[in-house]
Amino acid sequence: MNPFIEIITQPDNIAIVIMIFMVSFFMVWAFQQAFHNDRLLAAGLPVDGENDKFVDTFKPLVRIELIIALVVMVGLTIWSIAVDAPLEEIANPTLTPNPAKAPWYFLGLQELLVYFDPWLAGVVLPSLIVVGLIAIPYIDINPKGNGYYTFAERKWSIIIFSFGFFVLWLLLIVIGVFFRGPGWLWYWPWQEWDHARVVFEPFRDLSSVVGIDSRSLAGFILGAIVTGAYMIGGMVWPYMYWKKNNPEFLTKLGMVRYITTVFLFITMMSIPIKMVLRLVFLIKYVWITPWFSI
Amino acid sequence: MKSLPEITNQVKKNLIWKSIFRRDYRNTVRDRAQAVFGNVFLHLHPVQVRESAVKLRFTWGMGGITFFAYLLLIITGVVLMFYYHPSIDQAYTDIKDLEFQVPFGVILRNLHRWGAHFMVIVVMIHMFRVFMTGSYKAPRQFNWGVGVILLVLTFLLSFTGYLTPWDQLGFWAITVGTNMGAATPLLGYQGPFSEFLHITPFNDVRFALLGGALVGGNALLRSYIWHCVAIPLIATILMFVHFWRVRKDGGISKPQK
Repeated sequence: MNPFIEIITQPDNIAIVIMIFMVSFFMVWAFQQAFHNDRLLAAGLPVDGENDKFVDTFKPLVRIELIIALVVMVGLTIWSIAVDAPLEEIANPTLTPNPAKAPWYFLGLQELLVYFDPWLAGVVLPSLIVVGLIAIPYIDINPKGNGYYTFAERKWSIIIFSFGFFVLWLLLIVIGVFFRGPGWLWYWPWQEWDHARVVFEPFRDLSSVVGIDSRSLAGFILGAIVTGAYMIGGMVWPYMYWKKNNPEFLTKLGMVRYITTVFLFITMMSIPIKMVLRLVFLIKYVWITPWFSI
Repeated sequence: MKSLPEITNQVKKNLIWKSIFRRDYRNTVRDRAQAVFGNVFLHLHPVQVRESAVKLRFTWGMGGITFFAYLLLIITGVVLMFYYHPSIDQAYTDIKDLEFQVPFGVILRNLHRWGAHFMVIVVMIHMFRVFMTGSYKAPRQFNWGVGVILLVLTFLLSFTGYLTPWDQLGFWAITVGTNMGAATPLLGYQGPFSEFLHITPFNDVRFALLGGALVGGNALLRSYIWHCVAIPLIATILMFVHFWRVRKDGGISKPQK
């Protein structure tokens, strides 16, 4: 059988296929409503729901809840009749499957292990995702777009969130599920998994690109300078930019919010940057210290 | 031969009926309100809601669907618990029994499994909807935070359930997942700076998660208790807070300009 068909029809992966369809559908619906409201706003008209009347909970709302509950129940029942949950061989600590994959919703994080050491990919970054999500309402000071779909009134927050949600979270999950085979190597859907395949990639560290041993003191200092420059530059540059172009916004944001926002943003952006470094320039570490490596 | 209205009337005059439904429902404004706040299950709702709460296109019903999936998982989960022993000698054969011995055992397990996948999907879409409508903005900042914790708890509920069948899939998924705990800075034995705290494989985060240095019987028991008791307890309490705050923060968000 075609390996791609084999992968997408694995019982647990049907959920991911369902997720792809559902997420795409609701993404289109959300943006369609956002652009619709944007047109209304541009014409000075009230947005959807602004002139809502009140209706009784009993029965309009109770009725629709019951209908949705029934539809969901019927859908899940059909799914459960059609597809059986997998049960593999009994757990065997001496037999490691290759690849050993985490549950699908953590595969984005497992994918990060290609680019970062486990303490970052598995602990620090996930914690920062949670902290960052909780921080959103406190760092987003834009009062507009509260309670209705809109894109024009909050472009940047939607672009940044969508990048994190669709690309860094969902796309990495899809890659982890469908494109990663033995040895966590990349497999296209039409390729057979080859357990004997070994890929030799001459990985190097950033300082060895310019001819300095990354484990020497000079390499350590160079790595520290590059990492520090990214962090400090990333913290300072937006400040300078806003100071020049939009000082009012900066005052409104305040120092604590500014530092939190920019720190979370540059940490998030370090993920695609590290991916490019790794995939295009074959760089494994930017900075190697005796305690940790980045 | 009695007519239907006569029979209905007789049933409604019955003492037992009257003890359950205190009043007759006559579809007046008062009765429609009474139907909501006089019912323990419905009184989570306000008596009246804005039209957007009834139309699908604003909320997509995602929060409600997530809660429905949670209830379904609790019900199927409780039934599954009747057939399951959290020990490495019995766990796997219990699942096999579900497949071959227990009436409707297969469909019961399937419903729990696919319901769990479904809940993870819809809770993420719920978060996306709340973000896109800007509903996390004032005065709902705190409830967004509660929602994020509930999202994490949903992942953890599913994750802890992964190990319970004690098959290769769950065993290695949990091994991969908990190995991350070993990499925790300071508190995991492979994490940066852990040597300063004298952390070893026998006193680090992973040891606490697994109840041992390897995935074994203790890990199965721990994941079972987290899965069936501890996390549902925490999640249920936070759901009370979440729903309560939806009401207290003014119901389904409405355009504020």
